[in-house]
Amino acid sequence: MSVIQVQNLHKRYGSKVAVDDVSLEVHRGEIFGILGRNGAGKTTTVEIIGGLRDADGGTVRVLGLDPARDRTRLRQVVGLQLQESQVQPKLGVREALDLYASFYPDPADPAQLLDELGLTERADARFEQLSGGQKQRLSVALALVGNPQVAILDELTTGLDPHARRDTWEVVERIRDRGVTIVLVTHLMEEAERLCDRIALINAGRVVATGTPAELVARAASDQVLRFRPSAPVPVGLLEQVASITHADDGTIEARGHENVVQDVLVALAQQGIRPENLRLEQSSLEDAFVALTTPLEV
Amino acid sequence: MSTTTLTRTSGSGALSRLTAVEARLFLREPSGAFFAVLFPAVLLTVLGLVMPWADLPFNDQDPILKQINGITGYAPTVLALAVATVGLSAYPQTIAGYRGRGVLKRMSTTPVPPSRILVAQLAVNLVALLVAAVLMFAAGALVVGVAAPAEPLVLLGAFLLSVLSAFAVGSVIAALAPNAPAATAWGMSVYFVSLFFAGVWLPLPLMPDVIQTIAGYTPLGAASEAMAAAWYGQPFDVAPFLVMAAWTLVALPVSARFFRWS
Repeated sequence: MSVIQVQNLHKRYGSKVAVDDVSLEVHRGEIFGILGRNGAGKTTTVEIIGGLRDADGGTVRVLGLDPARDRTRLRQVVGLQLQESQVQPKLGVREALDLYASFYPDPADPAQLLDELGLTERADARFEQLSGGQKQRLSVALALVGNPQVAILDELTTGLDPHARRDTWEVVERIRDRGVTIVLVTHLMEEAERLCDRIALINAGRVVATGTPAELVARAASDQVLRFRPSAPVPVGLLEQVASITHADDGTIEARGHENVVQDVLVALAQQGIRPENLRLEQSSLEDAFVALTTPLEV
Repeated sequence: MSTTTLTRTSGSGALSRLTAVEARLFLREPSGAFFAVLFPAVLLTVLGLVMPWADLPFNDQDPILKQINGITGYAPTVLALAVATVGLSAYPQTIAGYRGRGVLKRMSTTPVPPSRILVAQLAVNLVALLVAAVLMFAAGALVVGVAAPAEPLVLLGAFLLSVLSAFAVGSVIAALAPNAPAATAWGMSVYFVSLFFAGVWLPLPLMPDVIQTIAGYTPLGAASEAMAAAWYGQPFDVAPFLVMAAWTLVALPVSARFFRWS
């Protein structure tokens, strides 16, 4: 069942088009990634979904609500964690959560939320005393304190060290396990690949691909590439049956093909008693998919 | 219908909690709290102790002003200074800082609109200024012989209206300044000009007529005039009240029109 439907969303600032044509659908209980380069229109898209900006065209429904018209009700059921949104520097962690809890009709228990986000020990610290990772976790806690059905998390781990980043990812998975639908905005491939059930890849204000991380990889580049130096000359025609072959000047052979190319090449070589030396296998990653799908075609 | 009721209940609870939080934050900035709450009392007392004119008649040419001493004559000016310090300097800096840090934008993601933070700030600062005024009068009366205001209720009315008009002008600064440093710079410029017209550097009666006329049209000059008349027991003049009301009525919609939450 879909909780967010966006159709032909369009938004411009003056003459600059921020979102050209975005359509997407988010299902209940999933972690949905919105992936793209900086300036691709990700933040504008989620700020419209969250009712912070008005669209110039298209329709948006969040839990059946129109974000432009039903703002008050939307804000009770959607939690937003925005980029670089802080709280008052001298506000305490627990104080901030208690305050934000009072904004909602049916808030979560702040103490439990602190515990889940690993902030109990810092409950009495002031915001300005927190580390970057702790600030982000408080930020997530504030987005969740209203017991939202949908949480939108924008560039959650930007600026965090790898350790804090991994901790934050675990937090996101725990939130999903509570039954919250999550929209995760990111430009980090690793983050999207690790967390997201499905991804919309956005480039220059348009969705260029939607699917699971694996589907996107498969769509962008289905080839696997095998490189090796044969221990003995390879008979002409042996490998050409199973893969497309390129011979490099230094004697290295590059075999490119579909799913079974690895086994087929290795079996063919073994039958001739040839060993592949310096064997390397290149597999497409989401990063390759990202590059392939967002690089403009030369015309 | 039940949703609406719930929203409204949580809304008013939110405002009182927000005000309590802003009050605690106010006290956590020691320098800000000192300047708002204690400085007027300290300034009036120190001036009263060191200035030779403090216990001389304020103006021996004037039948009313010759009955009060110099330091009593200066008390309404100190009150205007206190209002200006908070309304034109501290408040717009705080709000512009909140906007720069994304505090207001974060609040706009919740069911409670970020304008409530401005209301909470006004409430906290108004209470701080009332405490400052009481402390100032108590210290002034006990230590340096400041006379009690002749028309306390008119003084209270003039004081409240001067707070409103100063905060309205402060809101325009907060609305138009692109960032916190700009809000500080603009606020301080308006602040020092206002102090001049409020008679902080030189008592208004000693200034040339043209300056006195201009001062009467500035919010702090009018505030100083209205509070002085009430304190000294001069005949009631509605003009400075109208000037302050006009500044408030113009500045509030202007700030609301141009205010950016992020």
